[in-house]
Parts: sequence; C-alpha cells; structure tokens
Amino acid sequence: MMKSADVASTNGTEPATPKKGAKTAGVVATWADDRLGLAKATKGMSLRKVFPDHWSFMLGEIALWSFVVLLLTGVFLTLFFDPSMAEVQYNGSYDPLRGVHMSRAMASTLEISFDVRGGLLMRQMHHWAAMIFIAAMMIHLLRVYLTGAFRKPREINWIIGCTLLLLGTIEGFTGYSLPDDLLSGTGVRAADGFMKASPVIGTYMSFFLFGGEFPGDQIIPRFYAIHILLIPGILLALITFHLILVVYHKHTQWPGPGKTEENVVGPPLMPIYMAKAGGFFFIVFGMTALLGGLFTLNPVWKFGPYDPSKVTAGSQPDWYMGWPDGLLRIIPPWETHIWGVTFSWNIILPILVMPPLMLTVLIVLPFIESWITGDKREHHLLQRPRNAPTRTAVMAALITFYGLSWAAGGNDIIAIKMHLSINQITYFLRGAVIIGPILAFIITRRWCISLQRHDEGKLLHGYETGVIVRSPDGGYAEKHLPISEAAAYTLTARDREEVYSSNGAADEAGVAAPGGKKAEIANKVRGKLSELMYADNVQKPTAEELHDAQHHADHELHELENQIASGPNQHGPTSDH
Amino acid sequence: MRLLNRSAGRLSRHRRGPIAGLVVLLLGLLMTGGLYAVFAPAQADSTDSQEELVKDGRELFLVGCAFCHGQNGEGVLTQDGTQYGPALTDVGAAAVDFQVGTGRMPMATPGSQAPRKEVVYTDAEIAALSAYVASLGTGPAIPDAELYDPDTLSSEEYDEYVVRGGQIFLANCTACHNFEGSGGAMPRGGYAPKIRGVDPKHIYEAMLTGPQSMDTFSDGNIPPDDKKAVIAYLNTLEEQPSYGGFTLGGLGPVSEGMIAWFVGMGGMLAFAIWGASHTTRTSRKKDGADA
Repeated sequence: MMKSADVASTNGTEPATPKKGAKTAGVVATWADDRLGLAKATKGMSLRKVFPDHWSFMLGEIALWSFVVLLLTGVFLTLFFDPSMAEVQYNGSYDPLRGVHMSRAMASTLEISFDVRGGLLMRQMHHWAAMIFIAAMMIHLLRVYLTGAFRKPREINWIIGCTLLLLGTIEGFTGYSLPDDLLSGTGVRAADGFMKASPVIGTYMSFFLFGGEFPGDQIIPRFYAIHILLIPGILLALITFHLILVVYHKHTQWPGPGKTEENVVGPPLMPIYMAKAGGFFFIVFGMTALLGGLFTLNPVWKFGPYDPSKVTAGSQPDWYMGWPDGLLRIIPPWETHIWGVTFSWNIILPILVMPPLMLTVLIVLPFIESWITGDKREHHLLQRPRNAPTRTAVMAALITFYGLSWAAGGNDIIAIKMHLSINQITYFLRGAVIIGPILAFIITRRWCISLQRHDEGKLLHGYETGVIVRSPDGGYAEKHLPISEAAAYTLTARDREEVYSSNGAADEAGVAAPGGKKAEIANKVRGKLSELMYADNVQKPTAEELHDAQHHADHELHELENQIASGPNQHGPTSDH
Repeated sequence: MRLLNRSAGRLSRHRRGPIAGLVVLLLGLLMTGGLYAVFAPAQADSTDSQEELVKDGRELFLVGCAFCHGQNGEGVLTQDGTQYGPALTDVGAAAVDFQVGTGRMPMATPGSQAPRKEVVYTDAEIAALSAYVASLGTGPAIPDAELYDPDTLSSEEYDEYVVRGGQIFLANCTACHNFEGSGGAMPRGGYAPKIRGVDPKHIYEAMLTGPQSMDTFSDGNIPPDDKKAVIAYLNTLEEQPSYGGFTLGGLGPVSEGMIAWFVGMGGMLAFAIWGASHTTRTSRKKDGADA
C-alpha cells in the first residue's frame, strides 16, 4: 500500500486530500502537474531563464509580435472573406462600384472594408502588420549578422531565420494577391509572366498553378489555401523551433565586466522579461492599430476589380518585393533566341536568379566565414560590427545593392516627385547597383578599421578630457585621461585574430598537404581571403602595452597636477596683467 | 482714406432711397450680362464682336505666342529641323483654352514638358486668344458647360455616371495618371500630371485635344457623355471621405512602404530602445552602483 497523501489510500468513500496550507495557485499547479507532467517537461526551460537586455535583442520580438497580430487579424478576416473567383455584381454600400461585375473575392473584400464593423481597420492592420513583420525580420537578420550572433552554435537558427524571411515574403505576396483588385491582379499577372519566363518549363508551370490560362478561376482559392494554411503552418512551426533554439542555446550577450562565454547576465524570464516581452506585444499591437487606423493601405475600392485590360500608374509590389521589381525595371532588354525558345534574360536574371541567389548568399555566409577563419568554437559573446570590418563591409555591400535595387522599384515615383527623368534614373542605377556595393565595401571596411584605431587610442592614450594645456614653450595639447577599467575590459573582450597562412600546409621538406592539388588551391584561396578579412584589422593591445600605457597615463596625470599647481592659473586670471 | 469714407457715405445716403438698391442691382446685372455677351466666345453670334475678338486675340498672340509658334501660328523649326513651337493651325479653341487656361502656356522655359502654373492671361484674353487660333483652321471648340459639368446631372443619373466613369477612368486614364489621379512618370522627364483639383472644363478639353504626350480621346473614342462620366468619377474621388485614413499622396505601395519603415519600424525601434533602457539593471546604474 502506498503512503503518499496524493494517492488514495483506500477505495472507500473518503477522498484523498492534500495537506492544509496549500494556496490556490499551488493547488492548481499541483493539479496540472500531476496530470501533464509540466514540472518535468519544462525542467530544461526554467522560468528563471536569463535574457540579457539590449534594444537590439527586441528586433526579433517585433517580428514575433507582429506575426501574432497577423494571426489575430487574419482569423477575423477569414470570417468574412470569400476566396472565390465566381463573378458577381457588387451591391454593397460603396456607391462608385455598385453594379460593377467582380469576383466574390473582391466583393467580399469591399464588404469587409465598408459593411463589416471594424473590417477596414482589421484589413489595414493585417496588411500593416505584414509589412512590419518582414521589415522586423530583416532588421533582426542584420543585427544577428553584424554582431556575429550567427556563429557556432547558432548556424541552424540562422538558416531557419533566412527561411522565415523567404516564407514571409511569399506569404505576403499571396496575401497581397487575394483581394483580386486591380493592383493585386497586376501583381499576379507579373508573377505569371515570371513563371513563363522560365525556359521550357515556364508555360507548364503557369498552367499548372493557374489551372489553365491566366487568370482562370483557380488562382485565388489556391493562393488562399497557401496563405491561410500552408505557409502560416510552416511559419508557426519554424518560429517555434527558432525560439526553442534560442532558449536552448541561451541568448547571446554583449561583452562587459562579469560577462563571459560561459554565463548569461540579465533579468530572468519570470517575471521581469516575461512582463517586458508581454508588454512589448501590446506596444506592437498598438502601433499596428495606429497605423491601421490612421493610414490608408491598399485602397481596393479605388483600384476596382482586376481586369487584364486595365492597369494603373504606381503599380508596385509591397516593399519587400520591391528590390527584384527594381532590378526588373533597370535591366537592359537582353534576350536570346535558340531553336525557337526565347530566353528572356531581362526577366530570368532579376526575378528567377537574383532572389534565390541572394538567399543562398545569406544562408552560406556563416559557413564561408567559419571556413576562412577556421573558427569552430562556440561564441556567446557578441562582436561589435567594427571588430569584424570585412564581415560588416560585406553586409554593407549587400544592403547597398539591395537598397539601390529597391530604389529602382520606385523609379516612377522618384521621377515625378523629384522632377527627374525616369531614363536618367535608370541609367544611373544600372551603374550604381554595380559600383555602389564596391564603394560601400571599401568605405565600410576602412571606416570600421578607423573605429578600431579609435578604440585602440582610447585604450592606450585614454579619452579626450577637453582640457587644453599650454606647455612652457607655447604649444597647446589636449590632455587624455585613462578610461575606466570596466570600459577597458569591454573594449578588450575580443579575440586576437591571426591571418591563416596557406604556406603552413606544405612543410619545409616539401611534403604537400593531404588532399592533393584541390586542397592546396582551396588553402591558397582561404589564405588570401583570410588576409583580406584580418590583415588590416587593428588588434587589441597586449597586456604589456596596456600596462605601459597605464604607467604613462599616471605620469601624465602627475605632470598635469604639477603644472596646475605651479602654473599661472593659481593667481587667478586678473593678476596676469 | 477720407475720400473713400466720403464716397462711401454718399453711397449709403443714396441707398436710403427706396429704388436705389434696385437700380444698383439692375446696373450690376446689365453690366455682367453685357460683358459676358462681349467676351463669351461660344455664344458670340454677332460676327462683328467675333471679328473684334479675333483681332484682339491676334494682338495678344503676336506679343505672347508668336516667338515660338510663328507670326501666323505656322510653327517654328530650329536650325536642325526639330520643332521649336508646333503649328497651331488646326488645334482649335479648346486646345488654347486648356493650355493657356491652366497656365501651361506661355511656357516659362523650354523643357521636357510645360508644367501647370499660375495663369498669366485673364479670362477675356484667353477667350480672345482661343478665338484667334480657332480662326486659323479647324479643331474642337471650347465645350459648353452641359457637356462637362457633372453638376448638371440629376442625383440618380450622377451615381450611374460615377460608376460608369470609374470603369472608363481605370481602362483609359489610370495607366498614366494613377488610380487616384496622382500622376505618373513618362519617358525622358515627361510626366502625366496630377489631375485632382482640376477644373472639369480643363479635364474635358485635355481628353478632347490630347495635350503634350497625352493621347487624344476623340468623341468617337470616348463619347462626350462618357467624358462627363469620367469627370463625375473624378469629382467623387475628390469628394468622398478618405475611408482608410491618410491617403499618403495616393501613390500606391511606395509611399505605403515608406510609412511602414519610417513610422512603423521607426516607432517600434524607439519603443524597443526605450524599453531596453528602463530595466532594473540600468536604474541601479543611474544610482552610481555600476560604472
């Protein structure tokens, strides 16, 4: 017979009762734990889990919470949206379209906008949240990249993040297409064209997706299934996995006193971080509601129903599709005809090649870096962007390319708003998308190295005090004082880098490195890249250098004090004359 | 000032008389009607006044237009054979009324396109210029108000016109002028101008004459009634409340993207920075426990 109080001791009428004194919450917790085993399951994810605090760690949270806003508003919209391309005559309350024939998708979108209480607000919130979702993912990605948070053991989370960005974009595009208004229809028409530009299989793909010739009556229901079921499901799963990995890896942190590769310093999940993160949800929700309430987004009633014979100026995709659209706008009209097959390079390159290429580049960046550096250690302390000049410069080049392509996507708006010729904008951007990234790379890299030099100066010569001292022979100099020990610790909490030498592979006796010719070439490339990456960087001072600097600073301080003590200033300014 | 006070006083003394108000009213009406009869080009039935108008117009033309368009409106070519100012022999009165009435002509500087600007000539002068250019050849006349003015429609008719006009607008106009009439870019610095806040008469004339890079939408292409429907739709676009909030210039996704980044992301970043700088840790820092 069991003795525990929680287990019934008899089969009699008297139930087993817990001992007195347990509070209600405790009772509930015990009740739940007995049945769900929560205590055991959450053992690895303690509520005392520590999250370091920094504004840049909130960027991913913006994305997370805007995704929650998307789910909430999205559910509302599904209650009223009818994803059907059946033709109906609009009879709702928006007069200028009454009597016009349109798909049920469009009609129900108008109904949501004008006849469902709060419908327009929900529609606009949903759309704004989508724009914010992807923007926040992108900024979060930049933060992770520029601080080196993608390094081991977080490479898989990096890949998941990149995949989320891709899926978010596709999700956004399908959502943009659902209302079946003139703008979204133009977008779908463009997508149809992109598919058809794929050599040989293009038309098959298009007919497969549209269930026949464009536009057909299949595409909206199909996009709907993808938009509300398939992609959100994958997104949800990946986000969950992404977060589990964050908990499992523990969050990265900025270096500083008391912070090491082995610990995490910050407030615990419960209650502080939980309250902050929960509060942040309401901020994101509130901001989205403000946007949805104040700013028109996609006024479908002005676009009217889609009709392949119509188009409007200012037909652009949502911002996240802007950069391939921009490349499409500026690429020269290159085409090749081989055996009756047309290769439209002007579509293949910007649309079918560039976005997947960009994504691939993003995904492989961490692996290329760790191959060059040979660094296979775990990293939990972040790096300042300046302390990885080449990495930072690579992202600056990529983002410059992105930004210029993006600007090209709005070339018509730039032309009318800045009174420029759209042709000149196009010619300029054709050159700029190639030259710009190169310049950005060089400038950013040198800029970072200069900042490193500045840090070195602060460590070795102290900070600028603003005290100008005139020497006995009449020269003026600003006095520097040593920075605090904590600041010095933070500045020096980074690794010394070594350029990988490919010569090391073949020793002096001429014995080639294992792997033969291929490995030798790979080693040479690695050596060159390592040189590019590290050779110009400013390494942190050695302990002796710091010690000497400290010594020197003490001496300077004494000298300064002596000068002040013996200088003319002690007589006061008036007695000089 | 004293003179003004005195005459005003005198006027008010006269107004005390019972018939004076009526006399002033009659005088005003007579003068307005008389001036209208002199300057209104469409109704000008007296050949004498028409000839007078053309003569006046020619005077104005020689001063303000002939430099580019030629002394007889035959156009001027540059040395390398390109057009300096096009011939105006067959453009008609409507074209002049549009170009001069919207301030596009006279051009301030040569350029890719004549922008809409402050109108230089008075209505009477525009009428004279139109009459003169109309006398040079064929071309559409200035339309009557009942052709373009949607206010002449009854309210049921109006709604029906708006719906029809919207569809015609989306099929023929938005490709260049944008779904909200905000305008769009054309090659080589040209542009389709913003057409919100434009006089219905000028919209009608623009469709009729196809100014600058715009197509001509003849009456065979878009019948006058449909033109009026388009104008009615544009009226509605302007008059209807902006249902979704600020319209961001009615430019489409570009300005929406800018709001998403600057207002949306900018605001949330500000909140993130605010949130991260208010922690238990940093408040301790402020007390000076941590450097």
